[in-house]
Amino acid sequence: MLTAEYNEDTMIQIIRPLIFIIFAVFIGTGTVRANEEPVKSEETETAKSFNAGKYVIEHVSDAFEWHIATFGETHISIPLPIILYSSNKGWNIFMSSRFHHGHETYNNFRIESEGQHEGKIVEVNESGEFVSLPVDLSITKVVAGIFVSVIVLLIIFLNIAKSAKEHGNQAPKGLQNLFEPIILFIRDEVAKPAIGEKKFERFMPYLLTAFFFILINNLLGLIPIFPFGSNVTGNIAVTMVLGLFTFFVTALNGNKHYWKEIYNPDVPWWLKFPIPLMPIIELSGMITKPFVLMVRLFANMMAGHMIVTVFISLIFIFNSLMGAKIGLGVSVISVAFSVFIIMLDILVSFIQAYVFTLLSAIYFGMATSEHH
Amino acid sequence: MGFVTPDYGTIFWMVISFGIVMFILKKFAWAPILKALKDREISISEALNSAESARKEVAGLIASNDMIIAEAKKEKVIIIKEARDIKDNIIAEARVQANLEAQKGIEIARQQIIAEKDAAISDIKKQVAELSLMIAEIVIRKQLENPKDQEILVKDLLKDLKLK
Repeated sequence: MLTAEYNEDTMIQIIRPLIFIIFAVFIGTGTVRANEEPVKSEETETAKSFNAGKYVIEHVSDAFEWHIATFGETHISIPLPIILYSSNKGWNIFMSSRFHHGHETYNNFRIESEGQHEGKIVEVNESGEFVSLPVDLSITKVVAGIFVSVIVLLIIFLNIAKSAKEHGNQAPKGLQNLFEPIILFIRDEVAKPAIGEKKFERFMPYLLTAFFFILINNLLGLIPIFPFGSNVTGNIAVTMVLGLFTFFVTALNGNKHYWKEIYNPDVPWWLKFPIPLMPIIELSGMITKPFVLMVRLFANMMAGHMIVTVFISLIFIFNSLMGAKIGLGVSVISVAFSVFIIMLDILVSFIQAYVFTLLSAIYFGMATSEHH
Repeated sequence: MGFVTPDYGTIFWMVISFGIVMFILKKFAWAPILKALKDREISISEALNSAESARKEVAGLIASNDMIIAEAKKEKVIIIKEARDIKDNIIAEARVQANLEAQKGIEIARQQIIAEKDAAISDIKKQVAELSLMIAEIVIRKQLENPKDQEILVKDLLKDLKLK
């Protein structure tokens, strides 16, 4: 019953960011193509012309170093540890500064800048030919962002736990006062109605962790100053792990009723035999749910970051196409739009964290409910 | 596009860090925070309940106070009424007593008056009798100066005796 109600919301939430993405990619790739032609014809133009598509993609995707600023030809970035395992050379751990921003080969490893393995670290032989793809467990920008947010999470909530223990029954103060209403909201408005009075307590730690992890990452991702600003929740690997956690928690807590509804639902027999139509549909539904969670969060956050960078890159596009004065004029509009989008993103940060938690709670509720 | 294919390195670190952070927060943050919230809710509801019962108690006290006051008022009315009755009784009794006394006084006076009157009357009678005796003596002496008269008298007396 609940899925039917939420499906519509789900669709809207998927479609909206998808439109954003298409829009952003359209602008991005369009300018990429526009800029590719002069690159081929006039080599000297490449240094000056601004590649908006590359700029946007670079800003929202993962990297082996934490780029902060570029002045002329000098890149200022924080090097991050590269952890590689290859069958030829075993474990290799070194800082990403050895690659000199991807320009150099170090210890027969290099960051591929084109071709099939673009953006990945590959192992090459002495003459620079591709040998193999090493196992790459590097602390990339996103992973570093995860660590930062984990530290922030731990600092905030261990502090709150401490004051909760000390003050006990007194009125909450400071940080505790700020976060307690949110915790209460998750408990009373999300977990209790979705899962039920009896069983919600078992899922509270996961729901709270997921909510605050997503919320903190969404918000930290909007702060463009090191050590924040890493696009963590806009990374599909991160949202995939979150979706998988929800999937496994649901599957591990599913009761008899839940599994019966999947493998042997109360439908006419010909829907189950000889072709197990309903079980297939139910099983695919089981997989779709976390998949939807993954895509929604990823797309929303990715779209937000993209649009902001697209608006900013508009300044440089106009600058390189029509000169500095037009660029300056456009910057006013671009900054205004960026500010608006960032404001919207703050709202979206809360909404997405809430939606993820609510849907997870509803899935848990469905997995543990006794009656249909 | 590179950014829609999940990177296994990121997945690896994400699983580890999310798992660890969930474990730590579950044990050291959510448990005490949720416990504190629950405890506070319980203590607040208890405090509210006890306040409610105290309020009821006070209301009961006020009601019983009112009852006591009402009773006292009733008693006061009764006492005042009793006192008034007693007063009225006393006054009435006193009046009756006074009447009685007055009656008695009057009676005594009347009796005295009667006695005085009787005495006076008997005195008068006595004096009248003496006076009449004196008069009769004088009259009789005057009548019996002549012997004929004496004879007539004796004859009359004898006549009376014969007749009897």
